[in-house]
Amino acid sequence: MTEALRVVHYLNAFFGGLGGEAEAQTPVRVQPGPVGPGRLLEQALAGHAQVIATLICGDGYFAEHEEAVVEQVRAHWRTLQPDVCIAGPAFRAGRYGLACGRLCLEAERLHIPAVTGMHSENPGSDLYRPEHLYIIATESSAVGMRPALERMAALALKRARRQPIGTAAEEGFLPRAVRRTVSTGTPAAVRAVDMALKKWRGEPYTSELTVETFETIPPAPPITDPSQTLVALVTESGLVRQGNPDRLPSAAATHWAAYSVAGMDRLVAGAWEAVHGGYDNTAALQDPNRVVPLDALRALERAGVIGKLLDDLFVTVGNMGSLNAMKRIGAEIAATLVQRGVQAVILPAT
Amino acid sequence: MGIPTALATCLYTVATRVGANRIVRGGRFHHPFGAPEKPPAEEYAWRQKFVEQTIQALCTPVQQPTVFDVEEAVLV
Repeated sequence: MTEALRVVHYLNAFFGGLGGEAEAQTPVRVQPGPVGPGRLLEQALAGHAQVIATLICGDGYFAEHEEAVVEQVRAHWRTLQPDVCIAGPAFRAGRYGLACGRLCLEAERLHIPAVTGMHSENPGSDLYRPEHLYIIATESSAVGMRPALERMAALALKRARRQPIGTAAEEGFLPRAVRRTVSTGTPAAVRAVDMALKKWRGEPYTSELTVETFETIPPAPPITDPSQTLVALVTESGLVRQGNPDRLPSAAATHWAAYSVAGMDRLVAGAWEAVHGGYDNTAALQDPNRVVPLDALRALERAGVIGKLLDDLFVTVGNMGSLNAMKRIGAEIAATLVQRGVQAVILPAT
Repeated sequence: MGIPTALATCLYTVATRVGANRIVRGGRFHHPFGAPEKPPAEEYAWRQKFVEQTIQALCTPVQQPTVFDVEEAVLV
């Protein structure tokens, strides 16, 4: 019989039995053995592994002292020498999910396998799935504690033993932005036609690609009088001032830029370039108004059809953008637009 | 409440799928507001019409992703 694997478990103050929101400011503490859900976890580990210690930290404290907490937790890991780290599950608790994700990422960086669990809509899932972490999908609340811990335990054992890991669907983790090549024995074209036929016949089929679902944004009410409206131009086309002063990348942008168009009747060729790497920018360089129609909008402004055009043009690059980065960029630009009193937006997209 | 936004793109199916609510269909992938095959004056007139259509889209109440066309009023 080999020695039981060593598990270090992470919990927030609530699940660590220290109390509720008032204890969210509790700094990191370490307790020997399992605590709270850790006891259920240890049952699920069925003697193959032992929870040697539990690290507990308030979610509020973690959020406000993230780097310091990470340092302390690393020090505890050095002493405790875990074979695998397990965090949570955090269910739908946002700050808890972010803490679990961050600590699992740190563990993986130190080559300690890590497993956490959370609901797919936990912000920690959005942030840390792209980091390829193993996050077991859970219910939204602690009602789903037992099945979550059972799956987390099973996966943690496999990972600690460096055993092959099944697919997201088999193991129950959230898709972690990793694609593996597998041989199915049937060419893709045949599989695609089979799938199309099944769909046509109304038979069940499983897609090989998860289609991202997007949240529904309620439509904003229309503008009532364009002649009294402040309009802004926002674009993902990567149309930037010559020389790309804000160093927008050609793909996978993480930031945006604003350029003044005050006093310009049109965008002049040569003064702008298109850094977006996803389209042929020849026509845009010849006449940038083909992408951002400043000339035509100025005509409407002069004619009094629209009230005024905002002095700034907002630009990012949509090419291969991650949904999360684009959401953040969108939110940042929108906040600026609200602050400037903008009432309508025209968004040319390439 | 939100700020009404008109997304101008030729990829209106993608725009619909991701849930943009006011989509004005037109142009090409490389230049949504351009028609370089036309003589300059015609191209500008076309762009003017396209921009007017985006303003029209901004003035129209919608309940879900809706595609406006440069030629016709509402396409889908």
